[in-house]
Amino acid sequence: MIVRIKWSALKQSKWYEHAVRFGLGGLTTALTGAIAQRYGPATGGLFLAFPAIFCASATLVEKHERKRKEEKGLQGARRGQQAAALDAAGAGWGSMALGVFGVCVWWLAPASAVGSLCIAAIGWLVVAISLWGVRRRLRRVSWSRHFRF
Amino acid sequence: MEYVIRFLAGGIVVSAFALLGDILRPKSFAGLFGAAPSVGLATLTLALLKQGGQYAAIEGRSMVIGSAALAAYSLLVCQILTRFRTTALTATALTAVAWFVVAFGLKYALLDW
Repeated sequence: MIVRIKWSALKQSKWYEHAVRFGLGGLTTALTGAIAQRYGPATGGLFLAFPAIFCASATLVEKHERKRKEEKGLQGARRGQQAAALDAAGAGWGSMALGVFGVCVWWLAPASAVGSLCIAAIGWLVVAISLWGVRRRLRRVSWSRHFRF
Repeated sequence: MEYVIRFLAGGIVVSAFALLGDILRPKSFAGLFGAAPSVGLATLTLALLKQGGQYAAIEGRSMVIGSAALAAYSLLVCQILTRFRTTALTATALTAVAWFVVAFGLKYALLDW
């Protein structure tokens, strides 16, 4: 399966859903700064990986998937939960790439400010895509083992 | 004023990654953007500009611990949704406690011990 862009997915979202994510993202960033100022960067840094918008995102994924099924006259509740679970699994793999981002900043930031962020962002993208590829391959192997004809 | 800039920067970066997550398919690939370094990018850019490299490095080190907590959180949310069939809101909100326990537990064990 090839990665593709589905522009029509944008039509499923309402303006207030984008506003909620903007607000949550902004609030988390502001709070992270406040925590770092009050308790130091070692504590504030933890919140750089806090799942602030994941709650809103997973709820939206569930809602959109449920709606899509219900429009076809099907029961969409279970399908919505499965879609949200898949989103969570993706975030789990993505968190390893997030760790790589943190390691790059940790090791490189004292030497080069801009360079560390660029390398960290590229490192995150490469690791995230590679892990996704590994995950797909693992699922395919386990699938063929279970369903050997 | 600093917090307004933080709010706007964080909101823009988080929204951009969230939009990518919305339009990309398959869903398993889009899920990677649920753990994108959106808050990290905004916060670390401001930290590098204002406080310098050493400060950002300490935040980066803690971010590694936070991402381990995020991995545990995501795994737990996935299992709860699959096995107990709760709504996504219930699963993600309740499991936030697990993120705090793992993040601060690891910080205590690795950095404060």
